[in-house]
Amino acid sequence: MSDNTVNLKINNIEVAVPEGTTILEAARSVGIEIPTLCYLKEINEIGACRICVVEVKGQRSLVASCVFPVAEGMEVRTASPLVLKSRRLTLELILSTHKRTCLSCVRSGNCELQRLCKEFHVEDEEFYDGFNNEYEVDDSAVHMKRDNNKCILCRRCVAACGKWQSVSVIGTNDRGFDTHIGCAFDEDLGEVACVSCGQCIVVCPTGAIYEKDQTNEVWDALADPNKHVIVQTSPSTRVTLGECFDMPVGTNVEGKMVAALRRLGFDGVYDTDFAADLTIMEEAHEFVERVSSGGTLPMITSCSPGWVKFCEHQFPEFIPNLSTCKSPQQMFGAIAKSWYAEKKGIDPKDIFVVGAMPCTAKKFEVGRDAEETWTQVDVDIALTTREIGRMIQRAGILFTELPDEEFDNPFEEATGAAVIFGATGGVMEAALRTAAEEITGQELPSVDFEEVRGTQGIKEATYKVGDLTVNVCVASGLSNARRVLESVKRGEKDYHFIEIMGCPGGCINGGGQPVQPAAVRNFVDLKKVRAASLYEADRNLPIRKSHESPLMKMLYKDYLGKPGSPRAHELLHTHYKKRGRH
Amino acid sequence: MPNRKTNVPFVGTKEQEDKLLAAIDRLKDDKGSLIAMLQSAQDIYGYLPIEVQRIIADRTGIPLEEIYGVATFYAQFSLNPKGQYKISCCLGTACYVKGAGDFFQKISDELGIKSGDCTPDGKFSLEACRCIGACGLAPVLTVNDDVYGRLTAEEVDSILAKY
Repeated sequence: MSDNTVNLKINNIEVAVPEGTTILEAARSVGIEIPTLCYLKEINEIGACRICVVEVKGQRSLVASCVFPVAEGMEVRTASPLVLKSRRLTLELILSTHKRTCLSCVRSGNCELQRLCKEFHVEDEEFYDGFNNEYEVDDSAVHMKRDNNKCILCRRCVAACGKWQSVSVIGTNDRGFDTHIGCAFDEDLGEVACVSCGQCIVVCPTGAIYEKDQTNEVWDALADPNKHVIVQTSPSTRVTLGECFDMPVGTNVEGKMVAALRRLGFDGVYDTDFAADLTIMEEAHEFVERVSSGGTLPMITSCSPGWVKFCEHQFPEFIPNLSTCKSPQQMFGAIAKSWYAEKKGIDPKDIFVVGAMPCTAKKFEVGRDAEETWTQVDVDIALTTREIGRMIQRAGILFTELPDEEFDNPFEEATGAAVIFGATGGVMEAALRTAAEEITGQELPSVDFEEVRGTQGIKEATYKVGDLTVNVCVASGLSNARRVLESVKRGEKDYHFIEIMGCPGGCINGGGQPVQPAAVRNFVDLKKVRAASLYEADRNLPIRKSHESPLMKMLYKDYLGKPGSPRAHELLHTHYKKRGRH
Repeated sequence: MPNRKTNVPFVGTKEQEDKLLAAIDRLKDDKGSLIAMLQSAQDIYGYLPIEVQRIIADRTGIPLEEIYGVATFYAQFSLNPKGQYKISCCLGTACYVKGAGDFFQKISDELGIKSGDCTPDGKFSLEACRCIGACGLAPVLTVNDDVYGRLTAEEVDSILAKY
C-alpha cells in the first residue's frame, strides 16, 4: 500500500482507503450506506442536514460523515444508539415543518425523506407542533412548480442551479425560521431568467419541486375520437424509461417502450430519432453553407431548449451563432402536421403530437412563439420520461413483462447518428459524419469521432475535412457552456462548430429523466452508464450516417427538395430573441 | 410568497450610480466583499431596491439572487427606503402589555403598509422597535425625533394628521 493509504475501522471492520476519502465514502466501500439528505457529491458538500452523523472515537460530538475525512487509526460507529437517536430527532424536527401530504405527493414512493422516516421508524410525526410558515405554491413557470411547504432546505437545487448550470436564479432568502428557497426579490420563477432545465427537480429529495404534470391533457386527447394522437420518443428516453420500473440504470428498453405506448392507445408510436436525422441534414448543410459563404462562426447547436433559453438570457450576442434549425422534437411536429398529414389524408388540426422527452425545457419549447407551422403548433404536449412512466403505471401495463415491439411506419427508421443525440458529443459526431462527406464528397474511412465522446464537461478536437481544418468544441452543463463562450468572447478560442447541451452529460441526464436518489447519484455516474447504452445502440445499427437514411432521401425527394430549401426553412427553422439577464 | 420589490418608485441619480460603481470597483477584487458593497450601496441610496442590486450584479457578475439572499439575511440591510417621517413603534415588553400591538396594527392599517415598508409617496415608513427606554410612558412611539407616550388607538389619526 502507498503512503497515502489511511487505515481505519468502521463498525469494527478494517478499512483501507486513500487519504482524503470521507467517512461516508469509506463506509460505502465496505457495504455500509450512511443516509444523507443535503449531500450531493462535488456540488453540495455543506454538512448541513445532520442526517449523516456518525460517532468517531475521541471526537466530542457526532460528526457529519459526508464532509469528514478519514484519519489513520480512526474508529467510527455508523449505527450506534447515539447516532440513531440523533438521526431520528433530526427527522422529527424536519417533519415538524413539512407538509405531510404524502398520499397525494408526486414523489411518494421515491421521496428520500419518506424513506428515511420509514427506516428510522419515526412514529410521532406531530411531536413538535407549533407555528409553521405557509408558502404559496409557485406555478408561474411553464415547466415546473415549487412547493416550499415540502422543502427541507437541503439546498441541492440551489447547488444544481448555480454550480452545474451557472443560472443561479434560485437561492436561500431570509434567515432563521423564515429561511426559504426562492428567486431574487421573491419574484415568481416564471418572471426570472430560469432556463427550464429541470436539474433542480432531479436533485430534489422531496416533492418540493416537480414538473407540471400534463398527463391528463394527453389522456383527454387519447379519449377523443376526432383526434389522431401520435407520440414521438426522444433518443435518450429509451435508455432511461426502464428506471421508472426499477430496471437497472442504462437498460435499453426501446422495444418495451414502444409496446407500452401502443397499449396506451396512441394512433402512431414514432421515433424522434427520425427527426434527429432530419436535424442533421439541415444543420450539417447550414454549417457547410456558413463555412463556404463566410457566415457567422462558430455555429452553435440549437437542439437543447434549456441551452437556447440560456443563450437568449445570458449571451444574446451569440444569437447569430445559434443554428436556425429547430430541435428534433419540433421538426418532428412540423413534418407530422405537414407531409405526414398530407400522406395520411388527415387535417393537421386533428393531429395531436405528444413528445416523450428527457427534458422539462421541452415544455417551454413547445410554446415558443416561432415554433409554428402555418397556424399549427408543431408539438401539442411535451411529457417528461417520468410522466410517460406514470401513464404506463396508471394504465396498469406491466412494463417489464411486455414483448419488444417496433416503431410504426413511416417514422420507424433511424440511423446510429440520431441515437447518439441523447449524449453529449452525439450531435457533433452525427453532424460531422454528414458534413464531412458533404464537403469532401468522399466516404469517411471511419464514422467514429472518439474525441467528442465521453462525459467530460468540455471537449475539443480538430479534424481535417478535405482542405479544411475544423476546430470543434462540445460542452454540456451550462456552467461549461458559459466557460466556452467566455473564452470565445475573449478571442482565446477559434472554433468553427460548438455543440452545447443544457444538462451535464446531455439529454441522458436531462431534467425530465427519472429521479435517482442521492444514494445512487453519489456513487453511480448516471451520465456514463446511460450514454454507454446509446453508443451501443449506434454500433448495432446498420446505417450510422443521417444522409444515408432511405427515409431522409425519400422525404427530401418527395417533399422538402434540398436541405436548406425554402420549404425546409419554413418548416424546420426558427429564430431567437434576446431576453433579460436576470 | 409575494414579491418584495418596494412600492416606492426608484429615483436614483447618475451621481449616486457613479459613486456606487466606484465603490464596487474598489472592492470587487477582494474575496467576500459583497457585504461591504451592500453597505456602501445602502450608504449611498439609503436602502437596497432591485435597481441598486442589479447595478451590483451587472458590474460584478454575482447572481442577483445571491445578492438578494445576503441582503435579506442581515438585519442591517433594508429593501425599502425610510420615509420622510420615520415612525418607530415600540413593541418592547412594557409597551406590548400596555396594548402597543393593537396600536401598531392600527397604524399599519391606516397607512396600508407593513413593518419595514414605506408608503408609495415616500412620506411615512413604519417599523417596530424594541424598548427605547421610555417604559414609564408606555405605549410609546417616535416620529423622527418627536416622542409620543401613553397612547391609545384613537390617537393614531390625530398624530398622523400632524405630518
